[in-house]
Amino acid sequence: MDLLPNISLAAFCQQLLVGLSRTTILFIVASGLSLVLGVLRIPNVAHGSLYMIGAFLAYTIASAAGGGTFGFWLALVLAPLGVALISLAVERGLFCRLYEREHLMLLLFTFAFTLVFGDLVKLVWGSDFRSMNAPTSLQGSFDVLGFPFPKYNLFLLIIGPIVALGLWWLTNKTKIGKIAKAAAVDREMVAAVGINVSWVFASVFVIGCFLAGLGGALVAPTQNITQGMDHGIIIETFLIVIIGGLGNIWGALLGALIFGLTDAIGILIFPQFAIVFPYVAVITVLMLRPKGLLKSVW
Amino acid sequence: MLRLENLHTYYGLSHILFDVSMEVNAGEIVCLLGRNGAGKSTTIRSIIGLTPPKSGVVEYKGTDITREKTHLRVRRGIAYVPDDRRVFADLTVDENLQISARETQNGNHWDAERVYRFFPALREIKTRRSGHLSGGEQQMLTIGRALMTNPDLLLLDEPTEGLAPLVVKLLAEQIAKLRDTGLTVLLAEQNQEVSLQLSNRVYIIDNGSIKYTGSVDDLRANEAIRRKFLCI
Ligand SMILES: Nc1ncnc2c1ncn2[C@@H]1O[C@H](COP(=O)(O)OP(=O)(O)OP(=O)(O)O)[C@@H](O)[C@H]1O
Ligand SMILES: [Mg+2]
Repeated sequence: MDLLPNISLAAFCQQLLVGLSRTTILFIVASGLSLVLGVLRIPNVAHGSLYMIGAFLAYTIASAAGGGTFGFWLALVLAPLGVALISLAVERGLFCRLYEREHLMLLLFTFAFTLVFGDLVKLVWGSDFRSMNAPTSLQGSFDVLGFPFPKYNLFLLIIGPIVALGLWWLTNKTKIGKIAKAAAVDREMVAAVGINVSWVFASVFVIGCFLAGLGGALVAPTQNITQGMDHGIIIETFLIVIIGGLGNIWGALLGALIFGLTDAIGILIFPQFAIVFPYVAVITVLMLRPKGLLKSVW
Repeated sequence: MLRLENLHTYYGLSHILFDVSMEVNAGEIVCLLGRNGAGKSTTIRSIIGLTPPKSGVVEYKGTDITREKTHLRVRRGIAYVPDDRRVFADLTVDENLQISARETQNGNHWDAERVYRFFPALREIKTRRSGHLSGGEQQMLTIGRALMTNPDLLLLDEPTEGLAPLVVKLLAEQIAKLRDTGLTVLLAEQNQEVSLQLSNRVYIIDNGSIKYTGSVDDLRANEAIRRKFLCI
């Protein structure tokens, strides 16, 4: 069966899988952004920079460990932790003093950090692009209806639901998750039952940034690791968070699906205009539901 | 147990409390009476640290806590029930209680089970989202939540405001029971009936300063004062 005269079902399915793997990365990064936005009320523009740092750190750790399979897994674990550590220092050193300021101030402040992080990356890694390999077990591809489907993308498709499940568990089943939900709405009252809100915010910020780092580490083997890879992701993830409903993690999942799939399918149908499809989808969603698809916490 | 000395509290630039001094002794229920906008909530917020005073001293069990952060005051044994309830609306009744639980050294052992025994109505709705509860149920929950922090001193800001007479009666009975367990209570109220029946001593606040202090019986006898500062 052909959808359009010259597109086979197989090609369609293959693009669908590619779109879903892209969705995984977008979801992981956007959920971190959404978490920070929802609980701390910080529109963290530097989130994309942390994603970039995650990718560069993954490259460095993997090469230091001699590349190969062990290097990859080590990088996947350590790079997000490194990013989390950086974010902890930034939060304790600076952000924690600024929560009472208005959103515009916070926005400008995090924007300043994108410049700082951008220059830091240039200083540490230079301006050449880097690349790293997936472990041999995840190289090559499977056959899907006669088309090759990269094993690494399949790996991403497994990671995505694991992260989503982990986040669900964290926000709904753990004490810190419940406290964070309460603090998102009424931080004064959370303090008034004896909880140190400052540390709750620090934890949420670090978890959110960890997700940016994880996204960066996961994407590293699939593309060139370059200066400027923060720009695209921050725009995309902000749009995802907006259409999903600010601060709503399931909204981030939904938004990432819409963005990832329209992108992948768009390429198939109208290659020349592929880039506009996700944005058209965003505009359509916002015209129909200006506050986002799911309940926004703002 | 609690001593306020010459508090001056501001919201931004507007000066709200003028030279407020009060004392609450262990085991008492002290009532802070005053009209709308008199400064009752501001006094309570000054004590718990949500709106710290610009000058003056808040002393709790002999320690100056004027500049201490709210959560640390709570850990010392001061619990706060706000005037507008403020349950954690996205959480269930049970979760509201669980996240407020705190181990303390003072020998009070409030846990969710004990709160449910104290307010049996809450047990029936423990899995319900607290945002969906009635006003009376929310008020029981905010008191239960405050008890979960194992306080020695409970600050209650207009607990009966806007509630049906039957619920008011129930809450008054339970507050009296809390006093019998040794809990000290500072009760801010407009409602004289309930508060005078519960309290040992009274402060009257008007326009941000303390206008009268005395025993409940003295106030009952003093019609002039009541006419002047309270709506009768
Ligand atoms: N957030 C605020 N910013 C500025 N002024 C405030 C604020 N909250 C209260 N006020 C003012 O402070 C004064 C005292 O208010 P407060 O809430 O302490 O009174 P109250 O005795 O608790 O009254 P009520 O019985 O209505 O609760 C009022 O004049 C009020 O307008
Ligand atoms: Mg009040």
